[in-house]
Amino acid sequence: MLIVLLILVPLIGGFLAMLLPEKMVYPFAMITTVATLVIAAVSYIQYTQGAELIIDRSWIDILGARFHAGLETGDGLAVLMMMLTAIVFPFIFISLRNKQPEKVHTFYSLMLFAQAGLMGVFLAKDALLFYVFWEIALIPVYFLSSMYGGPRRIPVTFKFFVYTFAGSLIMLVAILLIYRHAPIRSFSWDSFVSIGQAMPGSEQSWLFWMMFIAFAIKMPVFPFHTWQPDAYEQSATPVTIVLSAIMVKMGLFAVVRWLLPVIPAGSAQWMNVVITISVISVVYASCMAIVQTNIKRMIAYSSIAHIGLMCAAIFSHQILGMQGAAIQMFNHGITIAGLWIMVSIIEHRFGTQDMREMGGVAKVAPLFTIGLVVMSLANIALPLTNGFIGEFMMFNGLFKTVSPYHTLFTVFAGLGIILAAVYTLTMIQKVAYGPENTKTASFTDLTMNELVVMIFFVIMILVLGFYPKLLMNLIYVQP
Amino acid sequence: MMFAGIVLKKTAQIQGVAILGILALLGTTMVDLKLVGADTKTFYSMIELNAVTAWFNVLITFCALAYFTLFSKNIAAVGKNDADYFALLFFVMCGVYLLSTYSNMLILFLGIEILSIPQYILAGSDKENIKSNEASLKYFLMGAFSTGILLMGITLIYGATGSFDIFSDGFIAQFQSSAGLNTMSFAGVLLLIIAIGFKVSAAPMHFWTPDVYDGTPTAFTPFMATIAKVSVFVAFIRLFHLSFGNVSNDWQTAIAAMIVLTLLIGNLTAVYQQSVKRMMAYSSIAQAGFMLFAIFSLNNLAWKGLILYSVAYTLASLGVFAVLIKMKDYTYEGFNGLAKKEPVMAATATICLLSLAGIPLTGGFFAKYYVLSAAVEQGKWIGIVIFAVLMAAISAYYYFRLIRSMYFAEGEATLSYKPSSIEKALLLVNALLVILLGVLPGIL
Repeated sequence: MLIVLLILVPLIGGFLAMLLPEKMVYPFAMITTVATLVIAAVSYIQYTQGAELIIDRSWIDILGARFHAGLETGDGLAVLMMMLTAIVFPFIFISLRNKQPEKVHTFYSLMLFAQAGLMGVFLAKDALLFYVFWEIALIPVYFLSSMYGGPRRIPVTFKFFVYTFAGSLIMLVAILLIYRHAPIRSFSWDSFVSIGQAMPGSEQSWLFWMMFIAFAIKMPVFPFHTWQPDAYEQSATPVTIVLSAIMVKMGLFAVVRWLLPVIPAGSAQWMNVVITISVISVVYASCMAIVQTNIKRMIAYSSIAHIGLMCAAIFSHQILGMQGAAIQMFNHGITIAGLWIMVSIIEHRFGTQDMREMGGVAKVAPLFTIGLVVMSLANIALPLTNGFIGEFMMFNGLFKTVSPYHTLFTVFAGLGIILAAVYTLTMIQKVAYGPENTKTASFTDLTMNELVVMIFFVIMILVLGFYPKLLMNLIYVQP
Repeated sequence: MMFAGIVLKKTAQIQGVAILGILALLGTTMVDLKLVGADTKTFYSMIELNAVTAWFNVLITFCALAYFTLFSKNIAAVGKNDADYFALLFFVMCGVYLLSTYSNMLILFLGIEILSIPQYILAGSDKENIKSNEASLKYFLMGAFSTGILLMGITLIYGATGSFDIFSDGFIAQFQSSAGLNTMSFAGVLLLIIAIGFKVSAAPMHFWTPDVYDGTPTAFTPFMATIAKVSVFVAFIRLFHLSFGNVSNDWQTAIAAMIVLTLLIGNLTAVYQQSVKRMMAYSSIAQAGFMLFAIFSLNNLAWKGLILYSVAYTLASLGVFAVLIKMKDYTYEGFNGLAKKEPVMAATATICLLSLAGIPLTGGFFAKYYVLSAAVEQGKWIGIVIFAVLMAAISAYYYFRLIRSMYFAEGEATLSYKPSSIEKALLLVNALLVILLGVLPGIL
């Protein structure tokens, strides 16, 4: 029941938000996401106490597709992603309190639809249901990014949409091809896994790419990343948060749930290739981030670098690396969401995204600067911030990879940490320190709602940095 | 219906009679559902009703009801002889039923002719418009050719089997033997593919489609592109599954080539259109490519898929056309800013376009899914399934282009008339049906 509510509450909330009078929309959307968060928290508690939350109803009998979703033992990653989705949305909404978008009806209902879709992706246990939610999550985000944001948003979002849609259609064919082998018509995860164990290697070898391209576009890793910096830059920041904190995790999550277990031989076969492109992704995106002057583009590239590392760690086929990636998926979501909210404040107050026009914020807005610095440090994965533990485990896993190139992989991926320090600290320097200018003078410090958001994210970053066991317990598997 | 024009003088009454008529048909087809299982062959065994086709009849009549309710005002507005238009549409419906239930090649021929001839007239019904006249003439000339080819095919098969009845011993001997086809029946089958392919506008027999659909008054285009077309598909799969199914090796290559060409030409050309009406014409070619998969794969899932596809495609196209017909300017620019002016129209059109593009939670997704998985299930030539999927990605481009115009482009969309709230409610119901099919495709 809880599982259904997780999807239904935002979905119905989205429909109702369209019908309410304009003043009621924001409070209502707020209540809906908080309610979702409460339900998620209850599910989380029940899950940690060992309960299995499952819904399994017949859906399309002729195909054998079932409405099968839930959290079973071993679904720790899904729990993390579910919690991330539930946490990020209310805080986006809080941060919007004093800067409401135009057309509030559309905005909030689409946001709630997106939340419902994302929940579905992380909870689905049936391949067809997963695919359906995968697309459903895309549509509201497509509309959101096209309606709100910079001047080039429409073509940019269109590119993003066509790119990901093409990818997911190829995945659909892959699902069909795997489904064909099912002894009784079924899309269930278990059935897919058992098919995967028995499938000949030659077939897995190309099925792997059909699935992986769809996920790689979503993450994105080099060379499928070209939609991403543009889309992040041009979308309105609340939408960018949804994209970068949660949506890109869909790609990684799908790899862990639907690719590695379902196509094991294919994944093992292409492991080195995938890690190589991920590492290229890390180095390339970090270098790109250094030369950016637009703050949103810079964070977009830094996001590609982080995702690249997570992807490499997942494909290391080492338990430590995969656990690190799982932890980092959650933590990166928290950090990047906080960072984007800071960026949206900067963008809003300065009226520009160009870092060359900023400076000296530390003097006029100390609270803001503290928040920005803590989140940036978490982005570099400094010890005692939440970024550290995951990154450490990922490098560990990458180094232990059974591959002749493991040292090479680790060294190049390690470059990413150094480069991350370069671009993040440069960003802080340009924004917070340096000479003040006319715009800085009018920069006011955080308002009440922004302060709440900032404190929450800073606490999350520090607590999870000091005590990562909270997350580790969820994804710990007996080696 | 034909005489309604003499008795009734007011258009509103004629429209009412038409809708009542279609409701009566719906009732009749529902009664037919009950008959299945009893002696279902009638008229000297020329008509055979089975569970699937009876169900198809109900659904297609329901779609026709949707068409009549959405468009009756526009049909009446085409010209002076409104009663005649409705009468012609009912003739087409007659052809539809013959095509879905025939068991004799003569009835197939008769059905196709009853279906086509009123369409030739309807295409030219806007007598003062030269494009409409051109459409009619073009359609008629090309249609006459295809009729000739169809007859030739039927004749050759008659020569080979000695019978018109698709369940007769001659047919069974000819098409169920392991020896394969002899030259005469092989030529007959190929000619039939060409003739029927023409009617469903499959490439390379598609050249008439864009001009005819574009020239035909917008009130009739949706009917031709949907209800008339999908019923020919049912005739197609009926003949090729029930009688030629065992020799599919001999003709499957031809169908596969048609699928590839149809998808390629339909989708790529649709991308370059500036007029939404013409885009919809090419999109109907592209959608036909997907429906051909059902004929390619020939299993139970294919039947299910074809029926779901027919309904989903029909409802979605009707939804788009019903919005299109209210616009003054049929180019993409004409739709700019529609969402601000008429949110309901824009939203329903968007849902229908999403369905045509095959986005989940709309009927179009499962329609595509069924036919493609039927093709995967039959096991041969997986490559064209992948190709079809790539083409579906291209189709998203031109459908979303219209969504972009409606929602994100600045502009003043001008309507040719202000839709009443009843019309808007009907559009909403139609869009909800499309979503219902996408959530629970199992109900069909």
